[in-house]
Amino acid sequence: MKAIKQFIFKDNVAAVICALPFIIGFIVFLVVPMLISLYYSFTDFTLLNNPSFVGLRNYTRMLDDARLWRSFKATFYFAFTSVPLRLIFALAVAMLLLKASRMVGIYRAMYYLPSLLGGSVAVSILWRRMFFVDGTINSLLGLVGLNRNFNWLGNTSTAIWTLILLAVWQFGSSMLIFLASLKQIPETLYEAASIDGSSKSRTFFRITLPLLTPTIFFNLVMQMINGFLTFTPAFIITRTGAPADTTLVYTLYMYRMNFEFSSAGYAAAMAWVMLAIIAFFTFILFITKRFWVYEGGYS
Amino acid sequence: MMRKRPMRKYIKPLIGHILKLSIGIIMIYPLIWMVMSSFKETSTIFHSAGRLIPESWDFSNWTRGWTLGTGARVRGVPITFGTYFWNSFWYAGVATLGTLMSSALVAYSFSRGRFFGKRVLFILMLGTLMLPAQILMIPQFLWFHTLGWVGSYRPMIVPAFFAISGFFIYLITNFMNGIPRELDEAAKIDGCSFYGIFARIILPLSVPALITTGLFSFIWRWDDFLGPLLYVRQARQFPASLALRMFADPTVGTDWGALFAMSTLSLVPMVVIFIFTQKYLVEGISTSGLKG
Repeated sequence: MKAIKQFIFKDNVAAVICALPFIIGFIVFLVVPMLISLYYSFTDFTLLNNPSFVGLRNYTRMLDDARLWRSFKATFYFAFTSVPLRLIFALAVAMLLLKASRMVGIYRAMYYLPSLLGGSVAVSILWRRMFFVDGTINSLLGLVGLNRNFNWLGNTSTAIWTLILLAVWQFGSSMLIFLASLKQIPETLYEAASIDGSSKSRTFFRITLPLLTPTIFFNLVMQMINGFLTFTPAFIITRTGAPADTTLVYTLYMYRMNFEFSSAGYAAAMAWVMLAIIAFFTFILFITKRFWVYEGGYS
Repeated sequence: MMRKRPMRKYIKPLIGHILKLSIGIIMIYPLIWMVMSSFKETSTIFHSAGRLIPESWDFSNWTRGWTLGTGARVRGVPITFGTYFWNSFWYAGVATLGTLMSSALVAYSFSRGRFFGKRVLFILMLGTLMLPAQILMIPQFLWFHTLGWVGSYRPMIVPAFFAISGFFIYLITNFMNGIPRELDEAAKIDGCSFYGIFARIILPLSVPALITTGLFSFIWRWDDFLGPLLYVRQARQFPASLALRMFADPTVGTDWGALFAMSTLSLVPMVVIFIFTQKYLVEGISTSGLKG
């Protein structure tokens, strides 16, 4: 008994015991599900049947699935427009807020609020209703004398933009991160630049932007991943990926495969393909890192 | 020339303020519009969508919304939004409690512990940051389906007690790394064990990071839609997020006034948290540099 107690109280043993929740959780709720889904991805599982092994059939079926390719198109279009736009907005607004004034707190709260609430079902429902033919957007356009009968959600080129707009609208948390990084840039660098007669835009591109690249890089990686996996807004705003699958983002298609088209095996294969795509993009971003990310510190 | 100076001194900041205020108003306009619409008579919401303030204030949306879709009954008692909000509150509260306890313990181990494989474990933890819930949606569903947990809150609550969220571990670990190690050493000399140092020194000093974690965890769980969508099946177990979605279903005629009233109500807890704890939320995002 005493030996056990002594063992448990040894510093390195105690440290492992404290880390146990994560170790167990990681295995049981991450590794095991991934392995199980890998197994199912080689079967014809429908959630109800006894799965039987079908080899690579789910993966080869993907190549011929025209809908899947439309879904890729929608997903990449969404991620590659919404993420850069959101980062640009976040940076521009952070620069605006950098100047200290008594009102900064109020502005910051106003810009951040959409980011805090934007992921909720309530906001997605609101967003959907705003873009109806008789919705808020058309009414506001009508007030300034523009066409007020446009069907934003029914048009194949504008439907995806309602989702992009919702994502860009939530630039608040990126803005806070940029604000924090901007404040860390030493004042002396700006003083030196102004003594040398550097213009404002030159100072921005030569000092501010390079020193922000580590922050930009990190946010780009995280937001790209989240952009590839967007689900709730599409599920609520366009529900089925209509019109003509232009808003059928990958995760939405995967969900429908699993729950509506009874192809759990195929959905599991889709999850693995997406994982590979994310790993690939992250890898590419890390390779390009040394060409544009400045990591030399502030001296 | 001398006279122009004060003009310039005031006009430039004034233009700045007008610009920033206009952006701010555009940003929160949709939210204000929803709140205002919940006080308009349902049939007039979209005739007057361009007008913000209701012509006459109508509170019937709120009473109708509370009992929206009371077709579902439990032992003869209709389900109201009271049930849904209670479910949300309960789910967010329990999951947050689990997240706090497990994340703090694991973060302490990462910050102060020394054991073989800690570095690898830490990198694995950072790796989980790159696996959002959506990518795990199907794998985890298949696993919980195998376990027979579908149809309950277990798939969402049990993992919370096993520090499954890398974001929070990372946030707390960073904070604990900033606590001077001299304090641990002094306590150790006084005979404190590894656990004792956690309970008596590190945990009390980490309260700010724990508050930030608790707030974010609560907000995200309150917001959570994907989890309940996958695992909760019976209407009486629905959290507010799922109930709202159900009543916004395009296949049935939607009572928009009532829906906007309940949507507004579902945002109230988050806005209240935000108003009173802005400092912690802003700090959490700024210092961890996470959450996209």
